[in-house]
Amino acid sequence: MSDIAHDEQVHETTGIETRKLAMWIFLSSEFMFFGALISNYLLFKGRPGFPEPYPSEVFDIPFTSVSSFVLLMSSLTMVLADHALHKDDQRSTRTWLVATALLGMVFLAGQVFEFAGFVTEEVPMKLSTNPAASAFFTLTGFHGMHVLVGVIMLLTLVGVSFRKGKLSTATGLNLESVALYWHFVDIIWIVIFTIVYLIK
Amino acid sequence: MANTGAPTSTIFRRPKQSSSWTDWLTTVDHKKIGIMYGYSAFFFFVLGGIEALILRLQLAGPDGSVLEAAEYNAMFTMHGTTMVFLFVMPIGAAFFNYMLPLLIGARDVAFPRMNALSFWIFIFGGIFLYSSFLFGTTGPPAGGNLPGGATDASWLGSTINGGWFMYQPNAGPRFSTGTVLDYGSIGLQILGLSSLIASVNFIATVFNMRAKGMKLLRMPVFAWMTTVVAFLLLFSLPIIAVALFMVTFDRQLGTLFFDTFQGGDAILWQHLFWLFGHPEVYILILPAMGIVSEVLPVFSRKPLFGYPAVVFAGAAIGFLGFGVWAHHMFSSGITPVAQAAFGLATMTIAVPTGIKIFNWLGTMWMGKIKFTTPMLFSLGFVALFVVGGLSGVTHSIVPADWQQTDTYYIVAHFHYVLFGGAIFGIFAGLYYWFPKLTGRMMSEKLGKVHFWLMFIGMNLTFGPMHWLGLQGMVRRTWKYPEEYNFGTWNMVVTVGAYIIALSIAVFMVNWIKSKRKGVPSGMDPWDARTIEWSIPNPTPEWNFGVNPEVQGLDDWWHRKYDDDEEGRPVRKADADAVIAQFHEQGVNPPAPIHLPSPSYFPFIAGLSFLAIGYGVIYHTRGWGLPLLIFGVVLLLSSLIGWSLEPIEEEHEEVHA
Repeated sequence: MSDIAHDEQVHETTGIETRKLAMWIFLSSEFMFFGALISNYLLFKGRPGFPEPYPSEVFDIPFTSVSSFVLLMSSLTMVLADHALHKDDQRSTRTWLVATALLGMVFLAGQVFEFAGFVTEEVPMKLSTNPAASAFFTLTGFHGMHVLVGVIMLLTLVGVSFRKGKLSTATGLNLESVALYWHFVDIIWIVIFTIVYLIK
Repeated sequence: MANTGAPTSTIFRRPKQSSSWTDWLTTVDHKKIGIMYGYSAFFFFVLGGIEALILRLQLAGPDGSVLEAAEYNAMFTMHGTTMVFLFVMPIGAAFFNYMLPLLIGARDVAFPRMNALSFWIFIFGGIFLYSSFLFGTTGPPAGGNLPGGATDASWLGSTINGGWFMYQPNAGPRFSTGTVLDYGSIGLQILGLSSLIASVNFIATVFNMRAKGMKLLRMPVFAWMTTVVAFLLLFSLPIIAVALFMVTFDRQLGTLFFDTFQGGDAILWQHLFWLFGHPEVYILILPAMGIVSEVLPVFSRKPLFGYPAVVFAGAAIGFLGFGVWAHHMFSSGITPVAQAAFGLATMTIAVPTGIKIFNWLGTMWMGKIKFTTPMLFSLGFVALFVVGGLSGVTHSIVPADWQQTDTYYIVAHFHYVLFGGAIFGIFAGLYYWFPKLTGRMMSEKLGKVHFWLMFIGMNLTFGPMHWLGLQGMVRRTWKYPEEYNFGTWNMVVTVGAYIIALSIAVFMVNWIKSKRKGVPSGMDPWDARTIEWSIPNPTPEWNFGVNPEVQGLDDWWHRKYDDDEEGRPVRKADADAVIAQFHEQGVNPPAPIHLPSPSYFPFIAGLSFLAIGYGVIYHTRGWGLPLLIFGVVLLLSSLIGWSLEPIEEEHEEVHA
C-alpha cells in the first residue's frame, strides 16, 4: 500500500527497495505491539483467585497444533509464490498465492472453531470471565485479525494479477512486502503458540 | 502499462493537478500537506489556548466560580490532549513534511499518498475528538454523582474528562459511565495510527531518498531529530495502541483488564501509558531541538559546535527515553529497587541533554550573533529549556518527587519544557522558514514584540507555579480556599496567561500581514548553511530543479564561503554567481520532472475512520453497527482501489 516519488534520477540510498524497507520498518513496530499483548497475557495468566476457567484449562493442544502446522505451511507456499515470481512464472505465482490465502483461511476457521468451543464449554470461558481470559482473547484475536488482513492482501494480489494480466511492480502493493508481512504473522504465531499454549 | 491517454484509475477519474480547492483534498505534495498540517495544528493550538485561558479565569482568585468541577475536569483534559496530540505533534509533522525532503535533497517523501493518508487521518481524528463536545455524554460513577456533587454536566463539561493520561479505573466503564471516554480512547487510537503511518514514511524517506553524497552524518540536525522522533513513534505508539484497545474493550466488550473489582490491574495501565508517554515527551521536544540546531549556527555565523555529539546525544535521548517511564509512578507503590533504578536512569538522561545545551552555547561562543526573531526564539528556547530541564532533574530524586507529585511544581516543570522548549523552538522554525513557504520575510518588528511578550508572559505564567506547587497547591483541582494564600500568585499566573494570548495575536497579525505584503525574500535571505536554501523561495513544486549532489556538512555554506587561515569565513568571489545559477535552475529545471499524481483515496480512507469511530462507540444502537461495517468496507475498498492505482499517470509532466 505504497507508492514512491520516483523519477528517473532517484536512487535508493540503502539499495533495499523502498516498499520492502517500509514493511521492515512497520514490522519492527508490530513486534512492540505483540510484545505488549503477550506481556499482558503473561501478567494475568497465573494470578490466583480468578473465576474459573483459566485459559490453560480449556486449551485443546492437539487441535491448535494442527492449525499451527497449517499456518506454518502457508509460509512455505508464500516462499514458492515469491520464487515463482522471480522466475516470471505468472501462473504458478497465482496458484501459490491462492494456496497461501486458502491455508490462512483454514487457520482462521480453526480459530473461530476454537473460540466457539471455549465460549460453549460447560463452564464457558468468555471475554469477561476473568482478566486472563480477556488477555488471551485479545492477543489471539489480534493475531487472527492480522492473518485476515494478510489474506485480504493476498487476494488483492491475485485480483491484480488477473486484472493486469501479470503482477508488475508499478502498483503500490507488491508481492515481496506482502510476503514479509505474511512470514511475520507466522513467526509471531510460533511465539504465541509456544508461550501461551505450550509453556505451563 | 499502455498509455491510452485516459487515466487508468479504478473507481473515480483520477484527479488532475490544479490549483482549485479539490487540489488540497487530493494533493500528495509534501509541501502542501505540510502547510495543511501547520494550519490545522495552529487552529487546535488556538482552541487549546482558549481552554487554558478559561482554566486560568477559574483559578485567578480563590473559590473561583467560572467553572463547575465537571467542567474544570473536561477543560484541563482537553487542554492537555489538544496541546499534545493536536498541536505539538502535528506541527512537528508539519515541519517534517515540509522540510525533511528539502533538507536531504529529495523530490518528495518516500510514500506521498501515505503521507496524505497520515494527514487526513489526523484531521478526522481531531474532528472526532472535538465532536465529543457535541455528542459526548458525561455519566456519573455507578451509584454516585459527578465531581462536585452535580447530577448533570453542561456541554462544556461533556467532553473528554479523564485527564490526557486517562488513568484507570477512573476512566473505565465503572467510574465514567458516559461516552466521552470512548471518544477519548478511540480518538487517540485514530491519531496514533496517523503518526505511526507518518513515522514509517519518514524513516523510509531518510533511509532511501537522500541526495547523492548526503551521508547520514552530513544530514542537517533537524533531519536527524526527525529520524529519532520517527523511531520513538514507531516503538512507543504500538504500546499505547494496545493500552487504548484494552480500555476500549473494557468499555465496549466487557473485558476486565483494568476493572480492579474483578482482578484487573490499575498499575498495568500506568506502565503501558508511561512506556508510551515518556518517549512521547521526547517526541514533542526533539523537533524543537532540531530546529534550534539549525537556527543557532546560521545566526552565529559559525558551524554547529560538535555536530556529531549533537546527533548522538539526540539518539541517546531517544534510547534512554524508553528506560525512564516509571519516574511518573514513584508514588504508585512500585518497589524501592524500581524507584532507585528509574531515579538513576532519569538522572542519566540529563547527560545527553546537557551535551546539547553546551554544544549550543559553544556554537554561539565567539560567533557574530545576529539577533533576528528566529534567533531570539532559539535563545529563549535554550534559556527556558534549561530551567525546565533542571526542575526535571529534581523529580529524579525520589523523596523530593513524592513531595512534588500532583502539585503545580510539576505543571511548572513540564510547561517550561514544552512551552518554553517545544513551542519556542516551533516559533523559531516558523520565523526561520517562513520565506521558504511564501517567498516573503516576516516583520522583524512585530516578531520582536511577539517574542518579548511571549517570553515575559511565559515566565509570569509558569514561574510562580514553582513556588505555588512547593507551597502545596495541588494539580487538577478546580478551586482553592482563600486561607491558603494562593490568590496573589495565581492572579499573576492568570495575567501572564493573557499576555501569552496577546503575543499569539501579534504573531497571527504578523503572519497574515507578512504573507500578503512582506518584503520579498529573494534567494537565501539568512545567508544560510543547508541545502534547502539553495532553491528559490517559495519552494517550486518540484523542489530541486536539478537533483543536488552534496559534498559535505553545510554544503550550501561551503559553496559560498572559504575559510581563511584563522578559520574565519571569507565569501568566495563567485558566491553571487553560484546563487544566481542555483536560482535559475530552480526556476527553470533543465530536464522534465515527473511528480506523483494526486489521489482521492487518502482522503476517503481517512474519512472512513470517522464512520469506524462512531460505529464502535454506538455499536449497541440500531445504526451503530451498520455505520461500523460501512466504515470498514469504505476503508478496505479505498485501500484496494489505492493499491490498484498506478503511482503516476503516464506523462503528466509538471514542467517540461
